[in-house]
Amino acid sequence: MSVLVEHYDVFLSGLWVTLQISLLSAIGALIIGTIVAVMRISPIPPLRWFGTMYVTLFRNAPLTVIMFFTAFALPVIGVTGNFLKIPGLSSIFVRLGTDLPYFRLAIIALSVYTAAFVCEAIRSGVNAVSPGQSEAGRSLGLTFAQNLRYVVLPQAWKAAIVPLGSVIIAMIKNSALAGIFGVTGDLTSEGQRMISALGQSAVPTFIGIAAGFLVLTMPLGYLLDRLEKQRAVTR
Amino acid sequence: MSQPSVLYDAPGPRTRRMTAIVSVVTTLLLVAGAYLLVYRPLAEDGQFTMERWGPLIDPSNESFSLLWRRLGDGFAANFTAAAYAIVASLVAGTALAVLRIQLKELVHRRFTGLASPLSYLLRGLVWVLNVVSRFFLEVFRGVPVVITILFVWLGFPELGLSFRNVMWYLVIGLTIYNGVVIGEILRSGMEGLPFGQQEAARSIGLSPFQTTRLVLLPQSYRIMLPALISQLVVVLKDTSLGFIILYPEIMRTTTLAVQILDNPIQLYFVVGLIFVAVNFALSKLAEYVQHRLARSRRAPTAAATRTGAGGTELETEAVVGTTT
Repeated sequence: MSVLVEHYDVFLSGLWVTLQISLLSAIGALIIGTIVAVMRISPIPPLRWFGTMYVTLFRNAPLTVIMFFTAFALPVIGVTGNFLKIPGLSSIFVRLGTDLPYFRLAIIALSVYTAAFVCEAIRSGVNAVSPGQSEAGRSLGLTFAQNLRYVVLPQAWKAAIVPLGSVIIAMIKNSALAGIFGVTGDLTSEGQRMISALGQSAVPTFIGIAAGFLVLTMPLGYLLDRLEKQRAVTR
Repeated sequence: MSQPSVLYDAPGPRTRRMTAIVSVVTTLLLVAGAYLLVYRPLAEDGQFTMERWGPLIDPSNESFSLLWRRLGDGFAANFTAAAYAIVASLVAGTALAVLRIQLKELVHRRFTGLASPLSYLLRGLVWVLNVVSRFFLEVFRGVPVVITILFVWLGFPELGLSFRNVMWYLVIGLTIYNGVVIGEILRSGMEGLPFGQQEAARSIGLSPFQTTRLVLLPQSYRIMLPALISQLVVVLKDTSLGFIILYPEIMRTTTLAVQILDNPIQLYFVVGLIFVAVNFALSKLAEYVQHRLARSRRAPTAAATRTGAGGTELETEAVVGTTT
C-alpha cells in the first residue's frame, strides 16, 4: 500500500491529465453530436442519411479500432490535429499545443466516437416529445424557432439529460484507453509505468487508478440518479 | 419525410420543392467535401494503390490468403473470448441480481423466531453482505473495463492466480465488468415489475427465493432482452481490448500484419468495417426483439405487465445509452 502514499503526486497528476482529456473530449463530443443530431432530424434526406451513416459507423466500431486509426493512420496522411491548437485553450490545456500529437489525436478519437452516442441521446430526447405538443404550438401561430425554443427543446432536454449523462460517464471511462495509445501522464499510462518501470506492486497501484476514475465517475453517477428520481416524480 | 416528425408539419408543394433543391445542393456539397477532404489527400499519399489494397482484395496477391487466414483466426479469437465472457457474465449477473434482490428483502427482516444473539449475527451478516455487494458493484461499474482487464492480467498472478492461456485474463476482466452491468440490468428489470406480481406469488405461498426464481427473474429476462443483446455488442467490441494483454485477437493480428504490409489505413478500415457489420446485425436483432416485445405487450394476455414494461422502457433506453 506504500505506493499510494509515496507516489500520491503521480496519481494526482494522472488524474489531472485524465480530467483534461475527458473535459476536452466531452466538449468535442457534445458539439459534433449535436451537429449530427440536427442532421438526423433535419427535413433534408441526404443530411439524414449522412447522420445515420455516421452513427451506424461509429457506434458499432470498437473504440480500439478508432484509436488505432487516429493514432497510426491519420499521421500517415499528415493529420496531426493541429486545428486543436486553439490559442486561448492551449494555454490552459498545455498539452494541446505541444508537438506530441497523441494528446490531440486521442481527443479527436474520443470525441468522434462519443458523438455518435451523444447524437442518439439527443435524438431520443426530441423523439420523446409527443407530436401533439408542437402541433399545438404551431396552431397557436408559433414560428419554427419559437416552437423549438418554448415547446420542443425544454421537454426534449428533460428526456435527454440522463442518457447524455450516462454517455459522458462512459466516455470518461473510455478515456482510459488513451493512455495505451501513447498519451503520457494520464492515469492508465502512469499506472503502467509505475508497475513496469518502477517495479511497484500491481494491486495497490490499481487501487489508486480505480480511485482516480471513481472520483471522476461516481459524483456524476450520483447526480444522474438524483435527476432521474426527480424526473420520475415530476412526470 | 417518411416518418411523421415532432418538428415539422407535413410538407406542402412549395416545401417539397425547396427540400428537393436543398437536397441536391447538400448532396453536391457532401460529395465535394468527401472528394476534397478525404479522397484527394488519401490519393495524393498513394493510399488507393493496388500495392496497399492488393493483399486485402486481390486473390491473386501473394499475401492475400495468408492475410485473410490470419484475420479469420484473429476474429475467431475475438468471438471465442466474447462467447465465454457473455455466458460467464450472464451467470454472474443473474447471481448478483438475485443476491441483491434477496438482500434487499432480508435487510428489513428481524429474524424474530431465533435466539437473540443468533438473530443479531444474521442481521449483521446481511448488512455486511449488502455493503460488500454494493461496494463491489459501484467500484467495478465505475472503473474502465481496460483498467479491470489490466488489473486481472497484472494483479491476479501477484495474488497467486495465473493462467497459461492469456485469454482467460481477458474473459475474467470482461466478466467482472459486464457481470455487474448485466446484474444491474436484470435487477432494474425485476424492480420495474408491478408489485402485484410479488404479492400474487407470496399469496400462493412461494418463498422469497421462489418468487424471484419463478416469477420475477423470467419476466426480467424477457423485458430486458433488448438491453442484454445490446450488452452483447459491448462485450464483442470490448474483446478488441485483448491486444493490450497480448491476446492474439484481431487488433493484435492486424498490428502485426501492418508491420509487414505497411498499409495501416486499409487494414484498420477493413477490420473496422467487419466489426461494424457484425455489431450492426446484433443491434438490429435487439431492435427487432424490442419491437416484437412491444407488440406482444399490447396483447390482452400480457396486459398485467404493461405498467412495469412502461417503466422499464426508459430504463432500457438509458441502459442502451451507457453501452459503450
